[in-house]
Amino acid sequence: MEAKNNDLWVFIETNADGGAKNVGLELLEPGRRLADIQGGNLVGIVIGSGTESAVSAAAAHGADKILVVDEEAYGRYTTEAYTKAFCELVEKYGPTTILIGATNMGRDMGPRLACRLQTGLTADCTELDIDEESGNVAWTRPAFGGNLMATILCPNTRPQIGTIRPGVFKRGDPDTGREAEVIREDIPVAAGTIRTRLLESIRETAGELINLEEAEIIVSGGRGLGKAENFSYVRALADALGASVGASRAAVDAGWIPHAYQVGQTGKTVGPKVYIACGISGAIQHRAGMSGSDTIVAINKDPDAPIFDIADYGVVGDLFEVLPALTEELLHARAE
Amino acid sequence: MNMLICIKQVPDTTEIKIDPVTNTLIRAGVPSIVNTFDTYALELAARIKDISGGRIIVMTMGPEQAKNALRQCLEVGGDKAYLVSDRAFGGSDTLATSYILSRAIHAIEEREGKFDIIFCGKQAIDGDTAQVGPEIAEHLDYPQVTYAIGATAGDGEVEVKRETEDGFEVLAVPTPCVITVTKTPFEPRNPSIKSKMAAKKAELPTLTAQDFTLDLTKAGLKGSPTKVKRTFTPQVNKEGIIIREENGAVAAGKLYEVLFSKNLVHVR
Repeated sequence: MEAKNNDLWVFIETNADGGAKNVGLELLEPGRRLADIQGGNLVGIVIGSGTESAVSAAAAHGADKILVVDEEAYGRYTTEAYTKAFCELVEKYGPTTILIGATNMGRDMGPRLACRLQTGLTADCTELDIDEESGNVAWTRPAFGGNLMATILCPNTRPQIGTIRPGVFKRGDPDTGREAEVIREDIPVAAGTIRTRLLESIRETAGELINLEEAEIIVSGGRGLGKAENFSYVRALADALGASVGASRAAVDAGWIPHAYQVGQTGKTVGPKVYIACGISGAIQHRAGMSGSDTIVAINKDPDAPIFDIADYGVVGDLFEVLPALTEELLHARAE
Repeated sequence: MNMLICIKQVPDTTEIKIDPVTNTLIRAGVPSIVNTFDTYALELAARIKDISGGRIIVMTMGPEQAKNALRQCLEVGGDKAYLVSDRAFGGSDTLATSYILSRAIHAIEEREGKFDIIFCGKQAIDGDTAQVGPEIAEHLDYPQVTYAIGATAGDGEVEVKRETEDGFEVLAVPTPCVITVTKTPFEPRNPSIKSKMAAKKAELPTLTAQDFTLDLTKAGLKGSPTKVKRTFTPQVNKEGIIIREENGAVAAGKLYEVLFSKNLVHVR
């Protein structure tokens, strides 16, 4: 299809409670920059149920307009209802560019949307620019397990769509006084639209935060921990820091911790403010999932471990000495 | 269940090195493997077959050499394998690839019967896009379940366990459907001598653009909405600060000071 305007859309992904996830608010930052170059509005797209806080968050983080589809049937993400609603919005309003967070949801919906609209989708972007020559969005993304970067254009079809890794862009400070034009669209979910049935939903770990994509600090453990019980060292430090726990593939494959915690190419892609890698050698596959972190701290006894190549702060030492001592320092500081 | 597994032959990205002089990928000597996630998809299908019976057809699009990957799949659960190959398909992006595959699936179904489940790996380890599976589902107008880690066959539906960001969920999805598989809790099975022999001798039918109906303007480079503008190798090495002390506690103290002075951690 052809774009009807130069608007840039950002999908404001919502949680089960209707609030905005970080990733959509983060994307309003590069969205603003690109929308200004393209000469269009920055539009937030909110689909969910009970989305008031997500709508105001999108306004506070810079959206000019917000399109809202709010109905109970959208309370839980389903591929079919969300794709249909999103697609109807695109057909009605005709934006030129769409940014979607590369979360499980974004990566489930994005390709269906792009295919239905017969347009190009660039997955898992880490850099966004405008190609000076053509005026198209230049989507840059890692490939080959992080060994290669590729810049992709979608020159002939609209909208041009990309999914962007969470944590790559930083959320700006909210301006709660900011107002945006809010347009509500009524898109009912017809019976039979959703063909899948939810039988069971389980949050794997009681009380422990494992939503790694949203975490500000992550303490990750790897092969160097030696056994499952030693994850207690990682957990203790994470607790003291208010951090989430992550793991390398080696630790998951050894059965020390469930796959939901795995960071890396076959796990999750994270971009916290601080990533602390404990006993992780830093194979390219692990780095593919965490190299976008703002600050990387590595603790490893092998001074040649590749993790030190990308670490901002590296401790060459025994993690069984360093972790408890660091945890102790933190607890001590808290007590004061 | 009549099951189709879509696989891709990929370079083993764990073996790829960067030429330090030219700063480009060294592809020579890098072994080709069956995409890791596809091997999990195949094993998941094989487990359904073990319990509920059925057939497993394997399909890939690629050059003649991709037959090696198909044979590997026949060693560990596949019953029959098809190669989809044509120069006209070269340079396809995900939209064009999924279109070609969806047309090829129709052609294979004419010979093998309608598929109840089409499995794909979550993503290929070279492209990492995770798009082809959902796009096949869209072309076929099938329901999809992504990030699957387990599945059992029911009556006219499949129960799929899928990973979510904070745990997992179990969905019932009616057949026919597309399921994309992430890292499963179990490893793919090993081939037996007998299965290896059979795979070696197996006929691998090839489908070219002449063998099924498709709109060639939607295939290959010209059918691909996305274009690669440039590729480059990322600069990864940082000049980090290294702390090395005899005593771990001393090192921890120094690290603590650095983290605090840079405002990277806060006392809760």
